[in-house]
Amino acid sequence: MARMKFLCDAERCIECNGCVTACKNENEVPWGVNRRRVVTINDGVVGAEKSISVACMHCSDAPCMAVCPVDCFYRTDDGVVLHDKDLCIGCGYCFYACPFGAPQFPQAGAFGLRGKMDKCTFCAGGPEADRSEAEFKKYGRNRLSEGKLPACAEMCSTKALLGGDGDVIADIYRERVLRRGRGADLWGWSAAYGLPGQKPGAQPLQPQQSAPTSGKS
Amino acid sequence: MKRLALIIAVLAFGLAACSEKSQVAEFKQGKYQGKPDSQSWANDPLPDEFRGGKWNKGDRTSWEESIKKRQLAQHEYRRIYQ
Repeated sequence: MARMKFLCDAERCIECNGCVTACKNENEVPWGVNRRRVVTINDGVVGAEKSISVACMHCSDAPCMAVCPVDCFYRTDDGVVLHDKDLCIGCGYCFYACPFGAPQFPQAGAFGLRGKMDKCTFCAGGPEADRSEAEFKKYGRNRLSEGKLPACAEMCSTKALLGGDGDVIADIYRERVLRRGRGADLWGWSAAYGLPGQKPGAQPLQPQQSAPTSGKS
Repeated sequence: MKRLALIIAVLAFGLAACSEKSQVAEFKQGKYQGKPDSQSWANDPLPDEFRGGKWNKGDRTSWEESIKKRQLAQHEYRRIYQ
């Protein structure tokens, strides 16, 4: 039985926001709602800047599910956490409970309209007929029913964001980590994309660039 | 003797009022109240031009194999170098 999860490789994420755009486009997410977003720490600090793409993590013991007063959440056989928008009362408890800030509320109204909660569905739609217009309008595209993976993961240009069965993507990530080395060498171009057998290190200098000289310029 | 028994009974009754009832609510797992959802493998695969997976309708195992193949396509070491 699959347990669908996301895994983001902080060494590879280049903060391009391609995943955010892919999600918005694929699911036609309304203005003001971001099912996925990229978080960056140490922005601009060379060697210390890290970015990860965050959305609903489809928790195995989901706090949103535990606190929902109307019990509108359910977990599919693949471990995807989904909810019924017809039942949601927009109370916001799930927003407070979620450690990732995944639940989103439309804010289109002049007075901070709350509305029904919206979140990442792992591109698995919701409790409507698969691939129907009603499902698309409420929850977005159901790519799993098309035999595809979430658009964000499939669109990721550096393959930093992996999506799929936890066991499978963990194996992919493990092999990647083993190949690229560790410790102080773990940053830069070759660390993230280095070919097998190549020594990890910083991005090679371009022909017009020269090595930095000591002292002030 | 009778008096002693009475004192003990009064004390026991009086101290019983000092006992504390547990105020921690017992957590009960919620039960989904919404509409039932269908399974991904209960659908027909898409035509070839849409580049979806291939599986037999209603067969979960074949759907899982198909989606696993798609997941492994994210493994660039195997996809490109082997």
